Amino acid sequence: MGIEFRGITKKYPDGTVAVDDLNLTIEDGTITVLVGPSGCGKTTSLRMINRMVEPTSGSILLEGEDIRDSDAALLRRGIGYVIQHAGLFPHRTVLSNIATVPLLSGWDKNKAKKRAAELLEVVGLPAEVGKRYPAQLSGGQQQRVGVARALAADSPVLLMDEPFSAVDPVVREGLQDELLRLQSQLGKTIVFVTHDIDEAVRLGDRVAVLRVGGKLAQYGTPAEVLRQPVDDFVAGFVGKDRGYRGLSFLAADDVLVEDVPTVRVGSKPEGSDGWRLAVNDAGEPRGWLAPGSVVDGELVEGELLAGGSLYQQGTPIRGALDAALSSPASLGVVVDADGKAIGVVTARQVLDVIENHPEGVAR
Amino acid sequence: MIGEIIDWFTNSANWQGEDGVPTRVLQHLGYVLLSLVIATVIAVPIGLYVGHTGRGGVLLVGSGNVIRALPTLGLVTFLFLLFTDSDIAAIIGLVVLAIPPILAGTYAGLQAVDRSVVDAAEGMGMRGGQRLWQIEVPIALPIVLGGVRNAVLQLVATAAVAAYVGLGGLGRYLLDGLAILDYGEVAAGAILTALLAIVLDLVLATVQRALVPRGVRLAEAGAKKEVSA
Repeated sequence: MGIEFRGITKKYPDGTVAVDDLNLTIEDGTITVLVGPSGCGKTTSLRMINRMVEPTSGSILLEGEDIRDSDAALLRRGIGYVIQHAGLFPHRTVLSNIATVPLLSGWDKNKAKKRAAELLEVVGLPAEVGKRYPAQLSGGQQQRVGVARALAADSPVLLMDEPFSAVDPVVREGLQDELLRLQSQLGKTIVFVTHDIDEAVRLGDRVAVLRVGGKLAQYGTPAEVLRQPVDDFVAGFVGKDRGYRGLSFLAADDVLVEDVPTVRVGSKPEGSDGWRLAVNDAGEPRGWLAPGSVVDGELVEGELLAGGSLYQQGTPIRGALDAALSSPASLGVVVDADGKAIGVVTARQVLDVIENHPEGVAR
Repeated sequence: MIGEIIDWFTNSANWQGEDGVPTRVLQHLGYVLLSLVIATVIAVPIGLYVGHTGRGGVLLVGSGNVIRALPTLGLVTFLFLLFTDSDIAAIIGLVVLAIPPILAGTYAGLQAVDRSVVDAAEGMGMRGGQRLWQIEVPIALPIVLGGVRNAVLQLVATAAVAAYVGLGGLGRYLLDGLAILDYGEVAAGAILTALLAIVLDLVLATVQRALVPRGVRLAEAGAKKEVSA
């Protein structure tokens, strides 16, 4: 049943319309991302789900029940809430921060602390962090604690308001991976707000693109939004690279993997024709040996040309194209799940597959 | 001059009886503490209400400034003429003096609490009172206590006006000394007032250290480091 927005409008006394007649059904157990430029009402819409903002008209159903029928504070205790700067309570330790909602709901103190310690592990933080204060944590760690605190209520619904936008890109990517991993275990109904379309297509099962003035522009899977934007606004918002990014949703099962001559690092290579892929004893690619290069004695890694990105078999085709384009040999190295090189692909082959694909990118 | 001061302090007559230093210090302290307690009881709840709800902030800051502009000596004289009672006039005058810093500190303390922290508390399902007492007050405590310390310093300095309406306290030495042009006594009164202020502030600093939660102190230290870096 999930969450249902029925004709939701939010108008402020000064006449500003933040959300304009929003109708949206958010399905159970999915990540739904609300995305759009600033002023599109995405945060306002999110905050209406836990009644931090009350709509001017329309109703929101949570599991089929109008949220106005329940007490606002009790409703909020049953909905996980994660915000941009984590909003951790600075005077409380990490463990008591996580235990906030259980304690508010009247749990026994020891039980709440035990639950908090479990959650610390769930979000990938070491146990000793529990005794620290928020000021002693990095931004990424604080955000993990914020997620743990939202999970503590064990509610089926999680609201996340730009939770990762204040951390640096590398940490952000780690947190996104972590969220996807958690979601695969927990199966929550997550509503996620971001202004970053890349984050939206990466995390969302469904993406709702909102335009300034609080109107829903398009609602669909990330692949649909990238391939078939409904109008110029959506097309402009998803960006110039949307064709390339759409490749993230295309399987690459049909790409032919070809054999490539390999040489083992530490052995004496023979012959000098064509590109040769250097692998270590475990079969993992280490770099390339250019055509015509002659090696005296044993091959050492320092003599190799650095390789491009690696494409792991079975992942979307975007990685295969990138591997081919980034390789000095114009041959994308394909590896198996263990990181062992199993062959190469060319950009030409990848493009053939894309062009002949029934769900072709631009169609 | 310095000789006169030393003479005054070493004269054992000045340490005994109704006009002795111990008596005058205790009287002074009494005025300060009584008016501090009354001012706190009035100002803190108003500051908490306005800071928590955000309603009436402009009115509060404006009226605080108006009160600040009142000259305490004039007010006490006026109240004395009104009530013809020295105690009431002096204490009301001092309470009025102490309210603005406590009010401003309480209000500013709550306003300074990070909006995302307040938002998170509300979003977690805390009710108004829970948010105020469990989150806002502990975090605001350093600034609230800063306002109280401010008030105490002003009270110690100004409680001398009590002598003006015929009461005791360290103000006696100032007025009586001036009356007979005994500048040693005047200076001694000033020195004792300053010492009392310093001692009280040290006591309050210790209280503050004990009351402010460790996490809040760490956050403050971290913020300072970021600014200087």
